[in-house]
Amino acid sequence: MQNKLNEILEQARADLSVASSIEETEAIRIKNLGKKGLITDILRSMGKLSHEEKKTLGQAANTAREEVEALINKKFKEVKENALNKKLSLEKIDVTEPGVRKTIGTPHIITITTQEIVNVFRSMGYSVIEGPEVDTVHYNFDALNAPKAHPSRDMSDTFYFSEDILLRTHTSPMEVRIMENMKPPIKAIVPGRCFRYDTPDATHSPMFHQVEGLVIDEGITMADLKGTLATFARLMFGEDTKINFRPHHFPFTEPSAEVDVSCFKCKGKGCNICKGSGWIEILGCGMTHPNVYRHGGVDPEKYTGFAFGMGVERVALLKYEIDDIRLLYENDMRFINQFK
Amino acid sequence: MLVPIEWIKDYVNIDNISIDKYCESMVMSGSNLETYETFGEDIENIVVGKVISVEKHPNADKLAVCAVDVGRQEPLQVITGAPNVEADAYFPVALDGARIPGPIHGKEKENGGTVIKSGEIRGLASEGMFCSCEELGFGASVVPVAAKEGIWRLEGEYTPGQNIVDALELDVCTIEFEITPNRPDCLSMLGMATETAATFGKKKQLPDTACEEKGTGTASDYVSVEIKRTDLCKRYTARVITDIEVKQSPWWLQKRLMFAGMRPINNIVDITNFVMLEYGQPLHAFDINTVEDKKIIVDAAPSGSKFTTLDGKERILDGDVLMINDTKKPIGIAGIMGGLNSEIEETTKTVILESANFLGDSIRASSKRLGLRTEASSRYEKGIDPNLCEQAADRVCRLIEILGAGNVVKGSVDIYPNIEEAKPHDVRVSRMNAIIGTELTRNQMADILESLEMNVEGDGEIMRVTPPTVRQDLEMEIDFAEEIARIYGYYRLPDTLPKMNTVSKVSESWELRDITRRCMSAMGLNEIQTYSFVSPASVGKIRVPEGSWEYNTLKLLNPLGEDTSAMRTVLTPNMLEVLGRNYSRSIISARAYEIGNVFKSNPSDRENALPQESLSISIGLYGEGESFLTLKGIIEELFETLGLAEAKFVAENNYGAYHPGRCARIFVEGKYVGIMGEIHPEVAEEYDLPKRCYSAELLFGEIEKLSDTEKLYSQIPKFPAVVRDIALVVDEETAVGEIKEAVIQAGGGILESIELFDIYRGAQIGESKKSLAFSLTYRSHEKTLTDGEVQIEHAQILKALSDRYNAVLREM
Repeated sequence: MQNKLNEILEQARADLSVASSIEETEAIRIKNLGKKGLITDILRSMGKLSHEEKKTLGQAANTAREEVEALINKKFKEVKENALNKKLSLEKIDVTEPGVRKTIGTPHIITITTQEIVNVFRSMGYSVIEGPEVDTVHYNFDALNAPKAHPSRDMSDTFYFSEDILLRTHTSPMEVRIMENMKPPIKAIVPGRCFRYDTPDATHSPMFHQVEGLVIDEGITMADLKGTLATFARLMFGEDTKINFRPHHFPFTEPSAEVDVSCFKCKGKGCNICKGSGWIEILGCGMTHPNVYRHGGVDPEKYTGFAFGMGVERVALLKYEIDDIRLLYENDMRFINQFK
Repeated sequence: MLVPIEWIKDYVNIDNISIDKYCESMVMSGSNLETYETFGEDIENIVVGKVISVEKHPNADKLAVCAVDVGRQEPLQVITGAPNVEADAYFPVALDGARIPGPIHGKEKENGGTVIKSGEIRGLASEGMFCSCEELGFGASVVPVAAKEGIWRLEGEYTPGQNIVDALELDVCTIEFEITPNRPDCLSMLGMATETAATFGKKKQLPDTACEEKGTGTASDYVSVEIKRTDLCKRYTARVITDIEVKQSPWWLQKRLMFAGMRPINNIVDITNFVMLEYGQPLHAFDINTVEDKKIIVDAAPSGSKFTTLDGKERILDGDVLMINDTKKPIGIAGIMGGLNSEIEETTKTVILESANFLGDSIRASSKRLGLRTEASSRYEKGIDPNLCEQAADRVCRLIEILGAGNVVKGSVDIYPNIEEAKPHDVRVSRMNAIIGTELTRNQMADILESLEMNVEGDGEIMRVTPPTVRQDLEMEIDFAEEIARIYGYYRLPDTLPKMNTVSKVSESWELRDITRRCMSAMGLNEIQTYSFVSPASVGKIRVPEGSWEYNTLKLLNPLGEDTSAMRTVLTPNMLEVLGRNYSRSIISARAYEIGNVFKSNPSDRENALPQESLSISIGLYGEGESFLTLKGIIEELFETLGLAEAKFVAENNYGAYHPGRCARIFVEGKYVGIMGEIHPEVAEEYDLPKRCYSAELLFGEIEKLSDTEKLYSQIPKFPAVVRDIALVVDEETAVGEIKEAVIQAGGGILESIELFDIYRGAQIGESKKSLAFSLTYRSHEKTLTDGEVQIEHAQILKALSDRYNAVLREM
């Protein structure tokens, strides 16, 4: 009996060593351990044996069965793994083939830039207020203390619909409109379209965008204006951005200033973007003129405040190194797609 | 304004300040400038040459062979075609290997100059080249009248061979200041000197105006003045100079003018221009012999009269043009340009010098009407201090004496009816600090104001400040804040932030546009931005029937062109133009949208009523896979994202822009919100669009009103759904939407949704019929539905369909 078991074991080992598929392995399992399998038979025949024989042979038969079982399971694992590996290797693809893309779209670069500017000021507590593109001479010039003979009023500078109605030349008309509708403290930002009588070329567009800022409260100083714009410059153009705050003139602010930021391309060393100066002029600003407050019904003795305005196109062109402003309004999809 | 730095040095000692430091400090104190330029940097190897002899070239009629002393042992042989070459005269000579900055022989100016070599001209060696003024780098507009033709003959005595830059002291540094319109006083060297002195804490030296007055008699013996229009002429000062000798100005004077951007003409004109640049006060000299009755009358010209100006052009005088007249005729256009009939000529012996103050607005209006803008008019336009008339006239007289160009007659005829005196302003120390954000003392402020030549009186909180009358921009207290701040230094202000508690708010419209853009981006649409003004023909181009509201455009009085002359009433034409442009550039597919304002003339009769501005969204698509339904899908997805109720799409067969069978008007909660469709083939052709192109225009204002972006959680179903598919054959005309609605109406509480999943047309079901396959989902939120429960409701729906649409049911 023991010899027979040895033989079966021997044979099973030999069978398994040549088996290479799940089916073959299964056949070996059935041959040895199936209902009519060789080992099953032996185990079944145990009943006929004496108690002593049962004890010794039973142990041997069980050991043999366990061994065969283990061998078969091992083989099963092996052939399954082989089969999977074979299947996987057949499924090999060329990973350098192009991906199947679901392309997203993108907002226009002017929207992107406007939102960047607006979001910086929103983080500083400014509310967003918008106003009409078509406005009156009163709000666009008169209420902003622009001299009657100011050249910007000419028909060669401003688009008119009538003597009193025009396309706003800046977002500043909203200053007085806001004063008329809100009580200080006021902290507002006004993005929007503006228009000037410029024939389109690489650097001019008859339509452009501005973002105006306006702060009115008791005790606001020019140092607050400077600090605000220095903070804006850092948030907008990078932590190490410096500003150059220098005197200028606007009819609606007194004192007035212009602000340059240290070139965000070359960090102030001088490059073609900043024309070698290390600085880029970015906005005009100042302490709002008392005459403007009077037009808006704000008491200039009680309240002070500042206003600033910057051109969105200018920021966008510089930031993205776009050399022709007309590209913004041609809306070539290959252009727009670059700013996704 | 062009300012040669050496001119400023006449009045303020800035010798130990470098040019870079000077520029930087001036910018920071309020005199903005781009850059400075040093002349002569591109000049190399050009020397003064004295012509020894001039002989005709043996082989060329128009060429001369010159022997030129350039300080060497042997004279140089130079061949020239210049007609004005002459023995014993001095000329700039470019030697072999010289670098010449200006344009040579009519060629373009080269960056960094052009290097020339000696060569051979018609068989003879030419070892150098005589230079013109322009070749040395001067702009054509400043070349002296005497040097306009040919080569530049140098006046005076020079050492042959001396470097031309040293000989003529050409290494002049010129700064171009950008003068803001509030500071016309800075359109003068003295104005810039004041700024310089204040910036660097220096004293300003005034020019010499003390005349010897050697002329015979007094001015009033020679001339009388009458101002008829005192509203347009504030002051007229006349001085008289006799024994005039008209000639070229000395080089130093010519040089000053040239570097400041003016052309030297002759000594008398040059001196008046010099003083205009120095003081900012325009001056004019008339030959006294041309002035009838020796009387100057300032009066407006009769409308329509004609007058020939100094430049030889005849001008028609319309409107209120102020003129300088004698008793018989006009002799000059006040403040703009003198007349040809009273011009200074070489024979002129006695001149009347005019130093007058004309009203800026009047000069501006006349200058504009005549289309004639001069150095003088551009200064008058901005406003000039009438108190300058006398000083400037004295300065001209003194310079004439210094140059020995004539004898100044004692006194002046000075008509100045309303003397403008310096006005004091009360300036509060605390107010200044409150505006600027500083804690400056009264003394610090007073020092700054005094450095700007203002007089400060009183003590304590209130400073009584009297600015000089040239500072016409200082009108109220606030104006002094800038003066104090800029000289103190803006850059010295601390960086503080407003101490305010405000929260940032945005309008609902702003927020919805943000959501719209996010949604559109996710669906692959690019945002475009187009001009708010369009061609008024664009509405017709999309076949909108004439007389429709879209034609009611607001038109510009002064458009750049017809194409940008009317405010857009719809966005679609711009969208189609953009799509057409992309398609014509071989871009095979595009998905785009624009959010922008459209404008409607205000119907109210109220004058000055602004137009109604409202936001619109346009959407446009073309390319493979795009269809009416992809566009509709975009709109549906957008509406859902914006929290709109389900939209109804109603077929529209009569909107010109669209295919009559592929267009829908869109309604939400019964409100009209927009239109969409496939572009009409004729419109597509008009815009160079592909055959199939889709667009929509939505009224954003309406959408905003209908939008509800508040989201509420609704329970995810706990019980399984039962899905029943049906197919029904209906007439081609029957709309899917209708059937859907009928199903929803017939269904009870357990019909959860109905989805169309297939449309079939074919021979099996017959002509003008279609088979629609729907999936109906039934679900209860309370329990798992039994077949029986579903069957009751399902049967009810099927019955309703067959009753209403005669729909033939097909088994699934």
